[in-house]
Parts: sequence; structure tokens; C-alpha cells
Amino acid sequence: MSQVRLSIFNSFLNPKLFTLFSASLPFPLSQMDVDEPVCLPRLSRVAVCGGTHGNELSGVYLVRELLKLQRRPSEDDDEEPTSLLTVLSNPRAVQQGRRYTDTDLNRCFTLATLNGPTSDSPPYEILRARELNAMLGPKGGPGAVDLVCDLHNTTANMGLCFIAYSDCDWICLHIFKYLQRQMPDVPMRFVHLGSSEKESYSLDSVGKHGFAMEIGPQPHGVVRSDIYGLMNAGVQHMLDWVRLFNSGAVFEGGFVDVFTLVKNIDYPRDEKTHNITAAVHSHLQDRDFCLLRPHDPLFQTFSGETLRYSGSEPLYAFFINEGSYYEKGIALSLARKRRLVIPAIRAQTEEEEQARGFTSEEEE
Amino acid sequence: MGQSEPRSQVSSLLSLTRQQQPRRGVLRKDAAAFKQRGWKLFHCRVSSFVGVHTPPRPSVLPGMSLHGSTARLSEARRVAIFGGTHGNEMSGVALVNLWIKNGADIQRRGADIKPFITNPRAVEKCVRYVDTDLNRAFTHENLSASGGDEFPYEVRRAQEINRMFGPKGSPEAYDVIFDLHNTTSNMGCTLILESSKDHFNLQMMNYIKKAISPASCLVLLNEHPLLKYSTSRSVAKHPVGLEVGPQPQGVLRSNIFEAMRVILKHALDFIELFNEGMEFPPCTVEVFRVSERIDYPRDANGNIIAMVHPNLQDCDWEPLNPGDPMFQTFDGKTIPYQGSCTVYPTFINEAAYYEKQQAFVTTRRETLAASGIRKA
Repeated sequence: MSQVRLSIFNSFLNPKLFTLFSASLPFPLSQMDVDEPVCLPRLSRVAVCGGTHGNELSGVYLVRELLKLQRRPSEDDDEEPTSLLTVLSNPRAVQQGRRYTDTDLNRCFTLATLNGPTSDSPPYEILRARELNAMLGPKGGPGAVDLVCDLHNTTANMGLCFIAYSDCDWICLHIFKYLQRQMPDVPMRFVHLGSSEKESYSLDSVGKHGFAMEIGPQPHGVVRSDIYGLMNAGVQHMLDWVRLFNSGAVFEGGFVDVFTLVKNIDYPRDEKTHNITAAVHSHLQDRDFCLLRPHDPLFQTFSGETLRYSGSEPLYAFFINEGSYYEKGIALSLARKRRLVIPAIRAQTEEEEQARGFTSEEEE
Repeated sequence: MGQSEPRSQVSSLLSLTRQQQPRRGVLRKDAAAFKQRGWKLFHCRVSSFVGVHTPPRPSVLPGMSLHGSTARLSEARRVAIFGGTHGNEMSGVALVNLWIKNGADIQRRGADIKPFITNPRAVEKCVRYVDTDLNRAFTHENLSASGGDEFPYEVRRAQEINRMFGPKGSPEAYDVIFDLHNTTSNMGCTLILESSKDHFNLQMMNYIKKAISPASCLVLLNEHPLLKYSTSRSVAKHPVGLEVGPQPQGVLRSNIFEAMRVILKHALDFIELFNEGMEFPPCTVEVFRVSERIDYPRDANGNIIAMVHPNLQDCDWEPLNPGDPMFQTFDGKTIPYQGSCTVYPTFINEAAYYEKQQAFVTTRRETLAASGIRKA
């Protein structure tokens, strides 16, 4: 079962459309009962990145601790088929305790920015993005790391989120499913950002597979022990999954609920000063991934008036009141929820890898 | 969308999975109730008392005199409200900007009330400060230094503010300055007092506490000879700090905004009543007196090697007993509090204090006596 076919299938997986379109699908539905797991190349190189935003501290400290562990000689080193790169993405921003020094590093990874001309005094983050691309990429090339996990925090009450550009990267979706099973008490969601035609601009797009692990709520500049513990557990389970995958385990297919970004909503602003004139309404604050219905309270102006959601479609709100998004003109994001079908997967054996060459290109 | 406000999804779920620890402060149940009321304060703020509660005017009973004669104080005519002393503490910035545009809500008979943004450059960039912390810059040395262009921005700004609202320590200084702050700590609403002998402020804080009851507003007293610092509000005769949290830096939460607005409304009501000649009888005020600053454990390079322990995180104002968990190393070991007696920690895990070597401060509970006051 190719990725393309399943993607088409998943795009029809709106319950209302399902009965309408099932007759016109390009392949019989029975082919969805896949006995054969999809075979994907092993993940021999994995990168865990923290401090992409210098004031999102869980990742900063987790990467520091992982680096400490890696410096210790281990008996398992020779047997470890997966190499783990641990990277502090934006050391200057970390040192200053800021999100970034010149420009947001996690917007610098389009091919145009990475390969574009160098101006006389380029922003620090663009230079750093090119260094990271050389270290972990190059993006789109055969030598790129197999998986990038980029660690982030948010001030929004989002629990643990996977944020991915693709909704058909079975590796990321399976890791998510695995984490859900291993950490059943943790509110966990898969957010899909890439529904437009545009290319991903974030660090996790440098690897062949990649996602951001975003955990909140945590104020920027603060490390909370509970949030750190979640991120540590999440990363450890992810690495466990990678080892299991590489050693040939078959991961059963199933369903994953995915939140796909539809649009962002900005704060009401003063025409002259551009300052915000309202705050997220107290009924919406902290209610990430609850359904926002038409006429539900959205903002509360400073003079006490309630502004309501004027859209016609109920959507799921997330990134509600993220501190670093005021300057990006985002008070909250809105998503549709879809149930995706993911196939069973396993790693290619060495023989299969040699026989097929770079299968990932074919499946794209 | 429902009436009640949820706690953080993560922390509320984690509290189900966290191991049962021996309950701290078994002997001090009332302190736990403080914190609970603090949560209720900003989670039920909008519904519980905005525009609803009208406190009864305090009356003077014939013959009442607890602590001697009533102090006669000069009227509190010149009042300022400072916002943006730290440019990323958003509630004060939003409130002051609102009142600069439309000051109707802060008008009071008998007083001139001036809203003012103290650190506009930091507000513009949404950072705590540009060169140096403005709220530490009002030292005698800074205020009397001459020269200038080479000084850090905030030092020059402190001198300007001292000219406008001071001079600090002189009869011309403003009578009252409210300085609005937010904290990432779970402090609820906290009034900050700089002197245990400021009877005007003590009476004001007593009035505010009674006005918002059963919601709570605690009083932090920082009179510590080493830990006290030179705040922007210290320019006034009666400096009042107002700290509301938890709120991340750079974020504006509507419940925190409303809580701050209501506290200020009651504070200004008190000033109006005082200026109209009302007598406030002697009273007592419970305060938490700053005792000690506790830093994070650090390695030889100064890097933090442990975090505030899950049992202490968010437990501002709850008793911390010797032996209670205090920090947790990144690999999971517990470091206990090793003081000699029970203390009440606050400013727990404030983002801005990592660079000031402070994980939290300890306080001791104390009851202060305020003499009766009346306008002279």
C-alpha cells in the first residue's frame, strides 16, 4: 500500500463524504486490510534538538542532560545501531534567555533561506540555520538524518503535542501512537500544520522525518519539574520506539486523531498603535483543543465587552494565548479534527534496503 | 463553554499520577486554605466580585481605642499608578494604557491620580529591561549621580521618575504610588509593603483584604536589610507594590487583568474615604515577612543542576517544613529543605529571578498592629 494511496484515502475520511466517495475511490476498500506492513528504511541517525527558542527551557536542560550522559562511556555503545545526535540549536539565544537574537530560528529552514545568497551582515539565526542544515541535513538530501525531534514549550495549555508538517509521515504518526499507549494519563495530540502548498520552514523539516514535541503550559524562562519530566519521558519513549523499529518490530496499523490547522485569529488591535485592545476571554483561556462554536466568547476587551467567534464552522482552538505569538499576530489557532488511518509498518531488512535503494524517494 | 475554570490540564492530571507524599503543614491547615482561596481568587474573579461587592463603610464606634490615639496624617492627594516597570509584565501595561486613554474609572474626589508607564522602551520591546532592572535602580547613589548620557537607560529613567514623582525622601514627593507587577509564581494577589511602620499602607491593605473577602490578597513585607531593594515606587511616601500571578511574561490573561483592576479599585476607594475625613480604627494585619533568599543548586560553572521540586512548585504561601522536598535534580533525586523551622515560601520559580540567583524566598508569618488613622 503506497503512501500516496493512503493519503488520498485519508483525505476522504470525513464521515459525511465517506459514503459519497467510497464508490469512487481509485482502489478497492478491501486493500485497506493490509496484511503486509509498509516497509520503511531504518532510522540509523536520530537528532534531538533543544533550545531552538532560547527561553523554552525544558529542551535546553534536557539536551544538556543528554549530552552529559553521552559523554560517559557506555557498555552499550558498540551494540547501539542508532546514533543519537543531541544539539543545542540556538546557543546565543539560550545564553541570553531570549526566544531569538535577530530572527526566529524556527522560521529559517526553507530551502530558499538555507541556500540563498548571504548578505553583508546576515542575522545570526540564518547563519546558525545553515550550520544546522550542514550538521543534520542537507534538507532534502540523501545524507540528512533520519529523524529530527525538536523540543519546544508553549505558554498555552496544550499538554504534549506532536507538531508535524505532514499528515502522512507514518514514522511520526506511529511514534505518537506509541507514546499515547506508554503515557496514557498525559493529554496528547497530533497537530498537522502543513495543509497549504507552502514548504515547511522549521528545523524538524531538515531530517527525512521530523516533528516538534511541544509541551505546555510553561512560562518562557522557567523550567517546571513536571513539564521537564513529561518531556524526558516523551523523548525516552521515542528513542525506545526507534530501537524497537530498527530491530524489526512490526507496529500495527490503526487510527490516529489529527488536528489540522485551518486558520489563525489575531487579537483586536488599535488602528494607530497596533496595541492589542482585548485579551483572550476567560471562558476560552486554557481550553486548548476544546471545540469553539459560532458565537462562543473569544475575547474580552479592556472595557469589559465580550467579542464572539464569528466563524460559521465549529473548530478546535489551540495555541491559545501563546506569549511569543503576539508579535506574529496570533491569539489562537483553529483546527479541524480528522481521524487518519495509518498502516502497519516495519523497518526494511538490510537485504531489502540493498535491493530497493532509496525507497523513500519512490514513496514520495 | 462551562462556568468553572480548569486548572492546567497537565498539572491536574499529573497530580493523579504523582506519588502520595506526606502532606505538608498538617499543623497549619489555614495556610493551605490561603492558597486555595488564592486559586479561587483568579479563577472565579470575573464572576465573583467585579462590580458586585460594595463593602460597608467602616464606622467608628464610640469609645473605641485599641492602641492609643489615632494618628493624624496628611491627605493623600497626589497618587500615581505605575505600569511597565518591567516591560513584559503585561497586566500593568494594559491597565495603565487603558487609563491613560480613558481615566474615568480611576477618578476619585480629593485626589489627583496619574497613570504612568515607567519603562516605555522595555514595554516597546516586551522585555523586562533594556540595560538594567528599573525596579532596582532607585538607589541613593543612582538618583544623586550627575552626568548622564553614558548611564544605563534605566538609571537615567530612574532619575527622570525621581524628578517627576519625588524627590525620594522629600516633602514634595508623591503621597502614594502603586506599582503593578506580574509574576510567573503562583502567588495570587499580593500586596508588597516596604515598612512595618507605614500605618497608612497597613490600613489600606486591611481595607482591601476586607473588601475582597472571601477572596484573598496576602501582604508581603520586605524590610530585610540585605534583601530589600530600591523600587520605582519607593520614590513616594507610601509605596505599594501589587504583584499578581501566575502569568507568563509577555502574556495577558484576562482573569489576572481583572483581579488587578479590582484590587486597585478598592485601593483608590480607600484613598477617597480617607481624604474625605473617614477615621479608620486601629487594626491588625497579617503579613509574611521576607526572611531568606534560596538559590537553585548550581555546579561549579554556575549552571542550575536541579529544579523546584514538584511538591513545592505552585505552593506559594504554604508551609515548608525542615525535611520537606525542595529541589529535584534532573536525574530525579530529591533535595530537602534544611532550615531550622517552618517557613512560608513565595516567589517560587519566578522566571526573572534565575539570573538573580533566587529560586524562592522564605517568609515568616507575623501580625502587625496599625494605629488608627485620620486625615489631619
